[in-house]
Amino acid sequence: MQRFSGFSLLRRGLSGHLGWQPQWRRAEPKPAYDAVIVGGGGHGLGAAYYLAKEHRLKNVAVLEKSWIGGGNTGRNTTIIRSNYLRDESAALYDHALKLWESLSQVLNYNVMFSQRGVMMLAHTTHDAQVFKRHVHANRANGVDNEWLTPEEARAICPLLQTEGIRYPVLGAAFQRRGGTARHDAVAWGYARAADALGVDIIENCEVTGIRRNGAGAVEAVETTRGLIKAPKIGVSAAGHSSVILKMAGVRLPLESYPLQALVSEPVKPIFPCVVMSNTIHAYISQSDKGELVIGAGTDAYTSYTQRGALHIPSHALEAICELFPMFRRMRMLRNWGGIVDVSPDRSPIVGKTPVPGLYVNCGWGTGGFKATPGSAHLFAWTIARDEPHPINAPFTLERFREGRLIDEAAAAAVAH
Amino acid sequence: MLLIDCPYCGVRPELEFVYGGQAHIARPSNPAECSDEQWVEFLYWRDNSKGVHAERWRHTHGCGRFFNALRDTRSDDFLTTYRVGEPPPAAALERARGERR
Repeated sequence: MQRFSGFSLLRRGLSGHLGWQPQWRRAEPKPAYDAVIVGGGGHGLGAAYYLAKEHRLKNVAVLEKSWIGGGNTGRNTTIIRSNYLRDESAALYDHALKLWESLSQVLNYNVMFSQRGVMMLAHTTHDAQVFKRHVHANRANGVDNEWLTPEEARAICPLLQTEGIRYPVLGAAFQRRGGTARHDAVAWGYARAADALGVDIIENCEVTGIRRNGAGAVEAVETTRGLIKAPKIGVSAAGHSSVILKMAGVRLPLESYPLQALVSEPVKPIFPCVVMSNTIHAYISQSDKGELVIGAGTDAYTSYTQRGALHIPSHALEAICELFPMFRRMRMLRNWGGIVDVSPDRSPIVGKTPVPGLYVNCGWGTGGFKATPGSAHLFAWTIARDEPHPINAPFTLERFREGRLIDEAAAAAVAH
Repeated sequence: MLLIDCPYCGVRPELEFVYGGQAHIARPSNPAECSDEQWVEFLYWRDNSKGVHAERWRHTHGCGRFFNALRDTRSDDFLTTYRVGEPPPAAALERARGERR
């Protein structure tokens, strides 16, 4: 693997940027692997990387039905935060946030992680009470979060309109360690690092079936590029998790919805942090390229179409224009949808399934990007040791039967 | 935006409707006698079909009534809509199977 450094960039820059090598091999599927990951997004590629790096499982493949990072990894609004209410969630998302803080160095790949702060606006007395409760719960769990008055919020984000609007801003919760990262770079960085450790990344390879042996354990996946044997299969397929797991006879408590986002034309740096609002439902930040990145909500109905109706982003834009009147003259460049797998308690499912050798990492719903390194790290642990890490131990599939839900519906960025 | 054919009012824009999730999930008549497996099946387990999906809609800003629909979740095309209490129309299901072949 070609290592990146300031020196190597300068040297290649002076020689016309010739001599860069491909970042990963175009691997052909082998007949058998020690473990196969289904889904080449950030979570799946990261899991393969940690399997090879920390669990010395080198004979690993990642199977991706189209191109890596082309699903929700490339379709989200790149917001990273860990200010979740429940103890289990705070531990899970803060585990991820801690890994984000060193990810560029660990992978030797700039994922452009920027801790510019995430501000969640309170517009009603109820909002203010809930967010203050979040602030206290987070602090008790060692997660930074603080309460801002409207004046303090405006001092951080001067564009914010706090008064004279339909739902005035009464205050905000602010997590300074939160921020954004470059979503594609996360997939590419993990792919490159995993490939360097011998992981095969196989694109255009759709899983069409899962074969089980007489004892019920998995033994192979059928794919559009042939049969691939593996005693361990980790499914990290986001919106398609139900489809893949059904091949092994496992039912999931998930529903897949389109979640839309959009970007504006690029402008000069104007927006210093991430701002999100549950109540009037919008979230916004500015990419390093200059586009305003705006998140809308999920469409009402389940779908696999990766598109949604225009009234959903229109609604988000109305909220943005109310909070930031100067953006009324901005032009929007593109909008798109991703298929998100929403669980009943809005918490993920990371762990074993009733089928021996089959593991699942799903249910991240509308907020999986922020968890990418943590989720990948814990999923690799679970696959390698056939038991969950203490952090993901509460996030089982059985919790729905046992009634031990981890209810984060209120903590999610959007009012579902 | 979807155009939805309410069996009572006719074709109306999606904004008039509220989605009601997977159709034909009957609440167990005696929940106290349910096993945990039966109860979790009713509460949480869903088909989440990629393909034809039977689902409930409510014409909230119209007649206010619930009805069912068959929709292909790969294209969002509605195959048909039908009234609560009726089984999914066999003809529409058959047509969908034919198209998939």
